[in-house]
Amino acid sequence: MVEKIAPRAVLAEALIELAEKNPDIVVLDADFNPASMITPFRDRFPERFVQCGIAEQNMMSIAAGLSTVGFIPFASTIATFCSRRACDQLAVSVCISKLNVKVLALYPGFLVGTNGASHQSMEDISIMRAMPNMTVVHPADAYEMKQVVKYAASYQGPMYIRVARDAYEKFIPDDYEFELGKSCVLREGADVTIFVYGELIEDVLKAIDILSEKGVNPRVVNMSSIKPIDEDAIVKAAEETGRIVTVDNHNIIGGMGSAVCEVVAEKCPVKVKRLGVKDIPGRSGKNPDMKKYFGLTAQDIAQEVMSCLEN
Amino acid sequence: MKERIRMSKETADIKKIEETANRIRIKVVKMIGNAGSGHAGGALSAADILAVLYCHVMKFDPDNPEWEDRDRFILSKGHGAFALYSALSEAGIIPEKTLFTAYSVTSPCQAHPEKGRCPGVEMSTGALGQGLSAGIGMAIGAKIRKKDFRVYVVIGDGESNEGQIWEAMMSAPKFKLDNLVAILDYNKLALSDPIDEVMSLEPIADKARAFGWNVFDADGHNVKQLVEAFEKANNTKNSKPSLIIAHTTKGKGISYVEGKQECHAIVMTLEQAEATLKELGCPQKEIEKYLSFVKEKK
Repeated sequence: MVEKIAPRAVLAEALIELAEKNPDIVVLDADFNPASMITPFRDRFPERFVQCGIAEQNMMSIAAGLSTVGFIPFASTIATFCSRRACDQLAVSVCISKLNVKVLALYPGFLVGTNGASHQSMEDISIMRAMPNMTVVHPADAYEMKQVVKYAASYQGPMYIRVARDAYEKFIPDDYEFELGKSCVLREGADVTIFVYGELIEDVLKAIDILSEKGVNPRVVNMSSIKPIDEDAIVKAAEETGRIVTVDNHNIIGGMGSAVCEVVAEKCPVKVKRLGVKDIPGRSGKNPDMKKYFGLTAQDIAQEVMSCLEN
Repeated sequence: MKERIRMSKETADIKKIEETANRIRIKVVKMIGNAGSGHAGGALSAADILAVLYCHVMKFDPDNPEWEDRDRFILSKGHGAFALYSALSEAGIIPEKTLFTAYSVTSPCQAHPEKGRCPGVEMSTGALGQGLSAGIGMAIGAKIRKKDFRVYVVIGDGESNEGQIWEAMMSAPKFKLDNLVAILDYNKLALSDPIDEVMSLEPIADKARAFGWNVFDADGHNVKQLVEAFEKANNTKNSKPSLIIAHTTKGKGISYVEGKQECHAIVMTLEQAEATLKELGCPQKEIEKYLSFVKEKK
């Protein structure tokens, strides 16, 4: 049984490994490092850890400045404050000139623990997708997260990386290697394709078990690279399975589902059902209750897939 | 400005710097006349500050604007861009003809500075409040690498209403950035009304000191005072960043708008450009050459 690890739990180790070989790696924090678990980086490389305090706008523009003198900054705090609070700074200081800043956006979507609406980033994918030169990634699990951090250090340009809070099993295959713009088939199938990323893969895989009992065999694809998105996989899904369901840890407006629809509408029109937060504000509650509240349990997903196939 | 590397300890040639400030004003007026409009007020209030920086204070190589040990300059109040481009032209970093591409889509001289689009521009600005933070990032980078390049950032008084400026003001002393100098272009006019009616900064010197900065004052149009202020800022070794409060007049140099509320962004006809260039002492032949160039383009 492969160990369940939280994506945030691998950040420090991944960053330290990078920094040991590369003197250009620096990490910026907005007073969140115990929760993002990057404190060991601070302890190991205090001279390369920039504590900005709860001042996310200052932090992002500082990261931009650092990148212009040859550093590779990883700027880290809660996803809401990376995307909403520091939106203008990412757009202007970073993206206009495609500066080499990597954003580690903690606790994405509605799975934030109990903190509720003010801390649930339901629109960060839509904001970041619409910024030229920005890339958006939500790794499937801790194993893919390690790969993404390593990839980020050699990718030239801005990256917005959503980092999940809770521990999950390994979803990615053993021989998988992350690449921007590429997706990964987790389960093969021909009746419908489910595109999903991150934490909700667990619920989709449980939904598959329910669906297989009804004789439905979906393809499940890890869409961890949201921008750029794997257009070939979307076209293939439309052509080979005829129906698409997307599952977002995000508002259905502007999330990965919307990105899939953009490709489908232009290249391969088929029916797409977007699952995710139905444009309602967040709520305070434990993560399993959040899935029930937003209609994203395995049972809900299975039901939605059935109804998509029936209509 | 013909020397390759300007070392900050040279003796200042006050007259030469004053002439350069005037040349910067002439070029700003030429740019606005050519483009038809521009952010005159905030560009012209900063002309002397820029002349002092590019003529005397800053170390850089005009033939190698990416020289890694260069001093960095950021125009955080990015709408003053025409003054920055004019200064870069005076410094030999960009050719004068580039200035007249302003407002074309492909121009290196975008309405607000963009890094990577124009040589010598260190950070994309224009959305107020961001450039000082970016300068802090560069200064922190210098400290980590143990490099001795310095970072200079011009901020506006209206810009200093932005919360991010105060995040930056809090953080620079924390990071002990004695290699950072911010210059407040204190022209006392915000866009719509005088700054004291819009959102006063006073007591700005006390606030900056309380935040942990060294503070120096200067008449922002007196080159000698500016040179002295920079020398104090650069040589005060107490681990603190420095703020130079430069008292300026918005629109200084265009007599019909100087010090007036409406000078933030103006439309300028060729007739107005011609008259203003004459006032600035631009040689007649140069004015005629400029006018025929602009008329031919149209």
